[in-house]
Amino acid sequence: MDIFNAIIQVLDSTIRLSVPLLLACLAGLYSERAGIFDIGLEGKMLVGAFAGAAAASVFHSALIGLGMAVLISVAFALVHGFASITHRGNQIVSGVAINFVAAGSTIILGQAWFQQGGRTPALQPGERFEAIIWPGADAARDVPIIGPIYAELISGHSILVYFAFAMVPFTWWVLFRTRFGLRLRAVGENPAAVDTAGISVAWLRYRALICTGILTGFAGAYLSMVQNGGFVKDMTAGKGYIALAALIFAKWKPVNAMFACLLFGFLDAASIRLQGTPLPIVGKVSVQFMQALPYVLTVILLAGFIGKAIPPRAGGVPYVKER
Amino acid sequence: MSTPYAKLPAWADYGLIPLINLSVAFIVAGFVVMLVGENPFRAAVILVEGAFGKGTGIAFTLFYATTFIFTGLSVAVAAHCGLFNIGTEGQAYIAGLGIAIVCLSFDSTLPWWLTFPLAIVASALVGALWALIPAYLQAKRGSHIVITTIMFNFIAASIMVYLLVGPLKPAGSQAPQTRNFLAGAELPKLNWIIELFGAKIRSAPLNICFLLALAMAFLVWLLIWRTRLGYEMRTYGHSPKAARYAGISETRIIITAMMISGALAGMMALNPVMGDQHNVAIDFVSGAGFVGIAVALMGRLHPVGIVLAAILFGMLYQGGAELAFEMPAISRDMIVIIQGLVILFAGALEHMFRPYIQALFASFSPKSVGMQAVNGKGA
Repeated sequence: MDIFNAIIQVLDSTIRLSVPLLLACLAGLYSERAGIFDIGLEGKMLVGAFAGAAAASVFHSALIGLGMAVLISVAFALVHGFASITHRGNQIVSGVAINFVAAGSTIILGQAWFQQGGRTPALQPGERFEAIIWPGADAARDVPIIGPIYAELISGHSILVYFAFAMVPFTWWVLFRTRFGLRLRAVGENPAAVDTAGISVAWLRYRALICTGILTGFAGAYLSMVQNGGFVKDMTAGKGYIALAALIFAKWKPVNAMFACLLFGFLDAASIRLQGTPLPIVGKVSVQFMQALPYVLTVILLAGFIGKAIPPRAGGVPYVKER
Repeated sequence: MSTPYAKLPAWADYGLIPLINLSVAFIVAGFVVMLVGENPFRAAVILVEGAFGKGTGIAFTLFYATTFIFTGLSVAVAAHCGLFNIGTEGQAYIAGLGIAIVCLSFDSTLPWWLTFPLAIVASALVGALWALIPAYLQAKRGSHIVITTIMFNFIAASIMVYLLVGPLKPAGSQAPQTRNFLAGAELPKLNWIIELFGAKIRSAPLNICFLLALAMAFLVWLLIWRTRLGYEMRTYGHSPKAARYAGISETRIIITAMMISGALAGMMALNPVMGDQHNVAIDFVSGAGFVGIAVALMGRLHPVGIVLAAILFGMLYQGGAELAFEMPAISRDMIVIIQGLVILFAGALEHMFRPYIQALFASFSPKSVGMQAVNGKGA
């Protein structure tokens, strides 16, 4: 029974740890499918986390916090769009720039506004998203096997967790079953064809980036308003890059993205859980090895050893309208 | 990538436009300073005074600049070949391992002038090897170099943390770093050069790596503009198709360019490790690799520009430390914002002001922008 409880706990933290990855990964999905590389996911999450926590603690409302997170994150996404769509700048360079501006400005503004060494004030109840206990969760807890699964894994998460997982089928539906999605994918594969059909490539790509901004805003809000009761400097700690890795791992598909994020979340959860405990067969696994595993796996995948990851064809190329 | 823009005179292209882009970056940074509630002009004065006001300040500025020259050159060499090496950070970090092995083995037996060349080779070699795998994957498997080098940054960090909290840490020590090097692995300081000019220096880490960095800048210039290899790299960077048509081996050119880039990144580690801290500690690179991106873009990928841009960033680092002291609201992280803005305006938005400047030039002298052709065919 101990092992069973341990597994449940690891799976529970897997869900919690994979949510920000999932939201960021789906965010990247929209922009990369539209042909805009976005290594600025990290920065957008960070500004989202900061804006969310700051606004929530100033206005004493989790919803206003979430709104601010989304707003600021979208603003950063639009800067990326302005540079890479309107001015046809290098998308990677623009993404790098956004990450730096985000990393610096959240600390400077946080320190100037709240004077807590770059932190925002600890969020009070009501200012953060609370866990939702599903009906009968406490009663079911004692039922063997199913009880803990229901009480720990399914019930007891905040609304953003359910939102993240609901976004997976929704994103699939948008991309593969709507006109907007068809055009969005087309603009990432062959923008000239979309242009010929009389649809604005730039406007479509901007809309894709707005979707990206909204989701990175949610991801940031999750970090600072659910996982942690406030903003801490550099709290994304490379999650934006792991999400990018997950996106490649998922071969730019929404459902795969969920599994990739769950896998990376699981690796993270397991590395925390296994700290210092020896495993059968392999012996003691170092924390650093577990932390490096997502990156190593992605490199192996990119090398073409686990199937081939083919990015959208027009990815990274600014569209120049022919005259 | 073909630029859909007409030509400008060279001085405008290499002088005026970068200057305008840079000014805009600093103006936006000034707004951030205002947002924090401080006076941007006073901040600028403190920054410049802190960097160049005293001999010690100048020495520190040049010490930081040394680091950025290496990383800037590293990014630039790859960029000439059309490759975005975002892995400079990781290549420099892992090169610390090579330096640690050399220094820890020889610092008690050899004098510094023998340890130093060995360490240069070791750092360059380790840095180059760390760039080799992403380069190979790009050349042979077509995996995007940006993504693989980002992944390799994280992998390098994990390996270094593992080694520095484990095997490389001396027994009985708590700090995650190697033991301190002995005199045989300490590089001589260069502060006397500044003292020649009459300035007083208390203690500053400016060391012989500065000269190595300048030498490397010269060698990179030689490589890119005066050798066949450099020509091939630039050809490939301009148009992979043309390079292929000219019979240039894609694999060879990508791998060579990335390994040179990695070697330059690796050498960066010499400066803080052997010149200043005299040990290899966790996170000793602390973002210098990413500063290299800003430096390379600002220097327009030319060694002279890179040295100047590196000194500017050295100034920001040193002056920024003074600024944080005088204006507590503005910490060192202000530099990270400036860095980001420089990358944004000098890199991603480098063409933003071009049409306006072109129009301006065209109204003064149509010839300077090649307007005579326009009457006949479209540009």
